[in-house]
Amino acid sequence: MNRRDSAHNEGPSAFAQAAELQLRSVSKRYPGQHEFAIEELSLTVPAGDVCVLVGPSGSGKTTTMRLINRMIPLTSGDILLGGRSVLAREPRQLRRDIGYVIQQVGLFPHQTVGQNIATVPRLLGWQKGRIAARVEELLELVGLDASAMRDRYPAQLSGGQRQRVGVARALAADPPLMLMDEPFGAIDPINRARLQDEFVRLQEKVRKTVVFVTHDIDEAIKMGDRIAILREGGVLAQYDAPAAILSHPADEFVSRFVGADRALKRLALARVADLDLVAPNGLVGQRNAQRVSATTSARDALSLLLVSGGEPLLVVDGEGRAEGLLTIDVLEQLLSSEAAEARSR
Amino acid sequence: MAAPIVQLGVTGPVIPNYGAGSSSCVVHNHFFCADWVGHNWGPVLWPALRGHVVLTLVAVAIGFVISMTLALAAHRYRLLEQPTILVTTFLYTIPSLALFELLVAPVGANVYSAEIALVSYTLLILFRNILAGLREVPAEVMDAADGMGMTRTQSLLRVELPLALPAIVAGIRIAVVTTIALATIVYTIYDAGLGVPIHTALGEGPFKTELIAAGGLTVLLALVADGTLVLVQRLLTPWAQVQRS
Ligand SMILES: Nc1ncnc2c1ncn2[C@@H]1O[C@H](COP(=O)(O)OP(=O)(O)OP(=O)(O)O)[C@@H](O)[C@H]1O
Ligand SMILES: [Mg+2]
Repeated sequence: MNRRDSAHNEGPSAFAQAAELQLRSVSKRYPGQHEFAIEELSLTVPAGDVCVLVGPSGSGKTTTMRLINRMIPLTSGDILLGGRSVLAREPRQLRRDIGYVIQQVGLFPHQTVGQNIATVPRLLGWQKGRIAARVEELLELVGLDASAMRDRYPAQLSGGQRQRVGVARALAADPPLMLMDEPFGAIDPINRARLQDEFVRLQEKVRKTVVFVTHDIDEAIKMGDRIAILREGGVLAQYDAPAAILSHPADEFVSRFVGADRALKRLALARVADLDLVAPNGLVGQRNAQRVSATTSARDALSLLLVSGGEPLLVVDGEGRAEGLLTIDVLEQLLSSEAAEARSR
Repeated sequence: MAAPIVQLGVTGPVIPNYGAGSSSCVVHNHFFCADWVGHNWGPVLWPALRGHVVLTLVAVAIGFVISMTLALAAHRYRLLEQPTILVTTFLYTIPSLALFELLVAPVGANVYSAEIALVSYTLLILFRNILAGLREVPAEVMDAADGMGMTRTQSLLRVELPLALPAIVAGIRIAVVTTIALATIVYTIYDAGLGVPIHTALGEGPFKTELIAAGGLTVLLALVADGTLVLVQRLLTPWAQVQRS
């Protein structure tokens, strides 16, 4: 809430409220095709949440995005944005209200970075001064130096810089919904991780409702409040929070998709401070125990436990005060309790 | 049309009409007499050059408007491409002298015939280049324009045409140079262009100075026009100059 308020105070933009997105039994069959590209897809993305769409190539991720902004017509079902059917809206107006980063970025090569970002504000008829201020603000927001970048052409940017400009362009008119189709697709792992971190930081600032497509389950786990896993034929296999998908995958397809190391990925999501630590009193040898910070991930803690030969770790807070002891049992407990919870559902 | 050639072979150097520019250089029909050019710039060469420029500009302008219309139509309705290519290719392959003469019967030996013929030779080049330019726009760029809510007209004016500009200007360059060359035979049906002094000079022996001056002006005009267009393109497409090397 605080974050949203602070965003309101920023210069030329008044950050619009994020809008809830609801897909109701959405189906799509392209003309002349027998198979559905999307079949009976229903899911709700709460306002301000990031929904990551993952699934193998051809499972209908891009199709879903284009159904939402009406670049392609629905075969059946309905899509609601902020409680209102997108079918009731004029398609061009709707699209100016939805930030869309297409799979290949698609910057206009004949326009400068600044002009690219100004596209939708210009279509909406904003004043020149407001556009210029907004461009500046957005470049800073995506971590680019405005004075150095504004007048460059896309050909003069690196792949990562182009992706950032693509994101800034989609954010320009401050849309209540963002569609991002593999925005970090063509980036090397190091820069990709950096862009992901920046996205998480950015999303904390702007709090959009986001539909984010990726092939990469690790990226999905890192970015998503919720993950929607699609299988071939555009059928929803599971829609859940990352921890829930890792600890109880709905079926064989999902568990194969998230990988054999899903237990480790689940541990990576937890910090040791969040675990049910063993009270430090009454255990001998804690003085000599290896100390770990409370912010360490459970996965890294497991690694340390393995190296220490199973000797408990002493979890300490920022001031060095002991919070408790971490044993292998504590980690096992986290995984097995979630599994039990899953079975009881 | 054989008359001037016969005349060329039979009669010796005849230098009439040298007026105030008469000099021993002219009388002896030396290779190039600057004094003749000086004296005849106003009465002979300048009007011919100006006429040549006007013939070319009008032809390319009209050709451009027609080709742009056809290309936009074919860009939207693919079906129109083949018929348009067929017709413009046919026009392009008619031998130029024949086309000029063919037009005299229905239209008359006037500026209209001249322009119709010149225009018809620009169509194929301009149409193909404009259409190719529009088609070259990357699919993802059009996709982005569509996804941001641009209308067809907006994406045409703001995205497609600007991106097609290098191809369009390339077409205009070829059309201009071709038309400048073709306009030298407009004299066969209409008294205009640098073809007039070239023809006169050929009929007079040939009179070398006038032949070189008029011929040289034609070449110079083509070079200057082409250079100007290159410059115009550079100014209009700064983005195309920064492609990473
Ligand atoms: N315009 C179209 N006409 C016909 N079929 C299409 C069209 N676009 C996509 N499809 C089909 O619909 C299915 C889903 O395509 P879509 O592009 O949504 O997949 P995706 O999940 O985005 O794949 P990727 O991860 O490779 O980007 C595919 O089988 C594809 O062949
Ligand atoms: Mg896709």
